Amino acid sequence: MNARGKAERHLGWLLCAPAVITMGAVTAYPILYALWLSLHRYDLRFPHDRSFVGLSNYWSVLSSELWWQTLGNTLIITIGSVSVELVLGFCLALVMYRAIFTRAMVRAAILIPYGIITVVAALAWKFAFDPTTGFVNALLNLEGAWLTERWTAFFVIIFTEIWKTTPFMALLLLAGLTLIPADLLKAARVDGATAIQRFFRITLPLMKPTVLVALLFRTLDAFRIFDTVFVQTRGAQGTETVSITGYNALIVRLNLGLGSAVSVLIFICVILIAVLFIKGFGTSVAQQRGER
Amino acid sequence: MALPTPTPSKVGVALLLSLLAASCSDSNNRAVPTLKWYVFDEPSGAFEKAARQCSKAAQGAYQVDIVTLPADASQQRVQLVRRLAAKDPDIDLIGMDVIWTAEFAEAGWILPWQDEAAAQARQGRLKSTIESATYDNQLWAIPFTSNIQLLWYRTDQVESPPQTWDELIEMAESLGTGTLQVQGARYEGLTVLFNSLLASAGGSVLDETGEAVSLEQEPTEKALSIMKRIGTSRASDPSLATAREDEARLAFEAGSAFMINYTYVWPSAHQNAPRIAAHMGWARWPAAIEGKPSRVTLGGINLGVGAYSQYPDLAFQAAACIASREHQRLAATQGGLLPTLENLYEDPQIEKAFPFANVLQATLKDAAQRPPSPLYNDISLAISRTLHPMRAINPQEDISKLRKVIDRALHSEGLL
Repeated sequence: MNARGKAERHLGWLLCAPAVITMGAVTAYPILYALWLSLHRYDLRFPHDRSFVGLSNYWSVLSSELWWQTLGNTLIITIGSVSVELVLGFCLALVMYRAIFTRAMVRAAILIPYGIITVVAALAWKFAFDPTTGFVNALLNLEGAWLTERWTAFFVIIFTEIWKTTPFMALLLLAGLTLIPADLLKAARVDGATAIQRFFRITLPLMKPTVLVALLFRTLDAFRIFDTVFVQTRGAQGTETVSITGYNALIVRLNLGLGSAVSVLIFICVILIAVLFIKGFGTSVAQQRGER
Repeated sequence: MALPTPTPSKVGVALLLSLLAASCSDSNNRAVPTLKWYVFDEPSGAFEKAARQCSKAAQGAYQVDIVTLPADASQQRVQLVRRLAAKDPDIDLIGMDVIWTAEFAEAGWILPWQDEAAAQARQGRLKSTIESATYDNQLWAIPFTSNIQLLWYRTDQVESPPQTWDELIEMAESLGTGTLQVQGARYEGLTVLFNSLLASAGGSVLDETGEAVSLEQEPTEKALSIMKRIGTSRASDPSLATAREDEARLAFEAGSAFMINYTYVWPSAHQNAPRIAAHMGWARWPAAIEGKPSRVTLGGINLGVGAYSQYPDLAFQAAACIASREHQRLAATQGGLLPTLENLYEDPQIEKAFPFANVLQATLKDAAQRPPSPLYNDISLAISRTLHPMRAINPQEDISKLRKVIDRALHSEGLL
């Protein structure tokens, strides 16, 4: 590297420094502090009993039935909502992309649910599914109390999540759709490819990077779900998620050691999901780029 | 429309004047110490009025300002403990739910009442309410308002109220489905139901030391089998598993025959459903065992003084003033909150506000406390989690399960 290159590199680091330092202060510090706390017995109600306990908080979380149960619940909600969102989001993205008349209207209408605060949406659907105040039972001619049974409660939670975040998915996918060269599709049409063939052979492969990003964003988001479940069931009926478990330990029970251990474990899960996606999907994306 | 436009100079003068006025009143106020009273939002304004009257009576010694907390008791606690753990000096007076005494005292977040002040705070108050403010043989708060459940029923559907839970469930079943309203959601109310049933059957959650699980076999089994029966009876509301106090109230106002609930339902029914209120009867909480009077869980608010307050002495005075006879009467007649002073229950004004005052007094005399432990919150979580939903309770199995989880809670081990 010549002198000029070095100087430029130096300048680059210098320009990055404020951002890096800020990031370090607001994200790295709390993460490290949580790690440190998770190695202690530390309950705010007994401030004098603070002591170093090594990994025993992790052991007590990992050996508890509740942790694995809530992890399972979280995965049910994550997989249930993200998979439906992907399919629905694709449909909506195609609609938004193709809409010629009232394009702005269609796009705005689709985005409205995403603009509503999650707590408000969760409350609204809670009331909608309620047997006395809601319209859902009347509409479907049913009589069940949805939020009192496990699987129907899951249904309501996942439904709310899908209703709320499909627009986000659709928006990301729409961005991907606009990147596909129109010539390619036209050429395929001339060659006699059907609409279905064009979608699966051209549109989908070219959108792989976008789908990866959209899926990754939504999976990480869905895995950390808190507000919808907290509002609708408070984790009762076997719908508790890992975030609620962490909230209960940290905020309600003031057990900083145990709660931090839960938080760190959630953090590890999030990293695992990210790695899984990038390793699994990412290689194929890289290959594709290499071919081009 | 032609409005006279103020010239810039006029605006300037007016601004200056108002600034001057503001700074004057500011310097006047600064001389008076302001005590912040953290308490739930009392809708009738009785607390607001008590704070004003005490500030006035103090003649410049202090002024009490209310800071409102959320309506939900668990949310109130979460907000307060986070501030207290951070040693917030803004908290002078705390409207403490009776279950917080041990936790706040043990953590050093509130100051004990001593000597003269303690003697005065105890004066004339119901024994059970004093007990709820006591931990480690010390008084930590002054009992202000009380709260306890009764059985409410429809006099036009039921001839005489049931004496026991078995009778109640049978009567409700004979009247049809969804006629009995009980708190069955997974929250503090479920713990309260269990605690009342257990105490009525002669048991308790913790032993006398407060540090070990008791849960005697026979009473616990009885309490759990009643809960199971409530959970599986067709008389219970279909939404029992998510029902709290307010769901019960709404269902009763819509025509349900029986309800277990606090006394706030009385003014509420008169306001919302006068036709139902005309046939609204009350009785003591049903017994778990025939012939043995029920023991119902005590609720209510005690006033504590924050440990990090800048004016603790004034705060003790203000607490005593707020919890005085006059303001208890005000809270009762205006806000429907039960007094903690015993002879107020014979006061004509109170008897007019609560026609059931004598039943209340008798219930309060035998009231049961929730486990007095600094880890109460963990214990309550453990109980409500194990016993929810009520339809799935298995008395034999759940006793050992309860013992196990409460023991873990007492050692603040593991997740709950």
